[in-house]
Amino acid sequence: MTTLDALLLDYPAYLHGLWLTLQLATIPLVVGLAGAIPLAVLRIAPSRLLSLPVATFTYFMRGTPMLAQLMIVYYGLGQFEWMQRAWQNGSPLLLLLRDPYYCALLAFTLNTCAYTTEILAGALRATPYGEVEAAQAFGMSRVTAWRRILLPSAMRRFIPAYSNEVILLLHGTSIASAVTLVDLTGAARDFYANYYAPFAAFLLAGAMYFCLTMAIAVVVRRAEKKYLAYFQPRQTPHAKGR
Amino acid sequence: MIDLMLSGYLPALLRGAEITISLAVLSLGLSIFLGLVGALAKQSRSRLLRGLSTIYTTVIRGVPEFVLMLLIFYGGQIFLNLLFKAMGLHPPDLNAFLTAVLTIGFIFGAYFTETFRGAILAVPRGQMEAALAFGLPQWKAFFRILFPQMLRIALPAAGNNWLVLLKSTAVASLIGLHDVMFIADQAGRVTQTPFTFYLAACIVYLVLTTGSTRLLNRLNLSYSKGVREGRLQ
Repeated sequence: MTTLDALLLDYPAYLHGLWLTLQLATIPLVVGLAGAIPLAVLRIAPSRLLSLPVATFTYFMRGTPMLAQLMIVYYGLGQFEWMQRAWQNGSPLLLLLRDPYYCALLAFTLNTCAYTTEILAGALRATPYGEVEAAQAFGMSRVTAWRRILLPSAMRRFIPAYSNEVILLLHGTSIASAVTLVDLTGAARDFYANYYAPFAAFLLAGAMYFCLTMAIAVVVRRAEKKYLAYFQPRQTPHAKGR
Repeated sequence: MIDLMLSGYLPALLRGAEITISLAVLSLGLSIFLGLVGALAKQSRSRLLRGLSTIYTTVIRGVPEFVLMLLIFYGGQIFLNLLFKAMGLHPPDLNAFLTAVLTIGFIFGAYFTETFRGAILAVPRGQMEAALAFGLPQWKAFFRILFPQMLRIALPAAGNNWLVLLKSTAVASLIGLHDVMFIADQAGRVTQTPFTFYLAACIVYLVLTTGSTRLLNRLNLSYSKGVREGRLQ
């Protein structure tokens, strides 16, 4: 059997892997972003009591490799007796942490949440002071000003840096096979192990990651065009006509 | 429960840390070299060089490093086998450390290419023109005039690349390199205290990243001595 025959035979494994990779990237990104919005607000709070816990969290998550975080969640937590007891008693929530899928989701979510928090906090700090003043001049309450002015304005500035984080996380999920999950990289490793054909195995997986990355880049460019339109150089009617 | 010697594994863990550091530093050197070459290729008049460097940065930044590492580690072994058998020699085993240095250096070379390209573009054109007008040869003008100014502009992004690179070395433990992550993994399994050992590895990385950040801030300050930031009172 040639390598190509094997690939044709094995392509469903790659598609399953692709599907798992998409889940492992998308769910943490959505949950992480949702968590990052309140955390970023706390991160830039003037009170140290509010900002320090968030800063500690982002310091740890951004200072250590995601692989170590994944290993701590999947292999590490079983070291504790209370955790083992909870597993024996069948605590439904903690039992999820015996499943590598949920462990990977948790580790990736915490990781991307930390990076996103810092990116968003940076975007919030860069808010032109005039916008705050204008909101106050309109008599907006603090909550309204945050909701209507500060957050939407920061979210726009946040897009370019965040698109990097999206791609980094997508690529980061490739370590999921370290906790026995068969994601896209896992499927490629299985293929290599079965057929000893590293080029076919990893080039195909690499090409699929590459297409995903390009797709993200296209979406981001569209989003930038829409939400950051006022940052783009003005087009003269003459230039438009060409 | 937590003993400071980590059940006697502390020395092994520190040796692992040494491997992590040497892997990161060697990869950094390779990636800076490739980054400079790539950035110059992107500025070059030759279409071929520009095209090649664009393919390099686009493809490498579109594929996860772990996949590339697996490709180079396993694919490289087959390549070596074929090559050495063709020469009638016994093929050597591909070393995990060398593979990791080559892969990580090659990947981050793409990121450094983009960093240096942006920095070169940010140096006013007149600087290079003036240097050439003074009769400096091209290479001297680059190393004496453009490079030092570029370095200051590139430093923040380059520092960021370094931090990402440092953390990404952990992935090399998955192809069997005995770095700090690998040792922590093994020790955790043997002593059945994985949490303690992964946390110890995390502390090693935290010390390294924190130290690097401090150093980078200082470097940044000293490189930017001659620059005054426009700031409102």
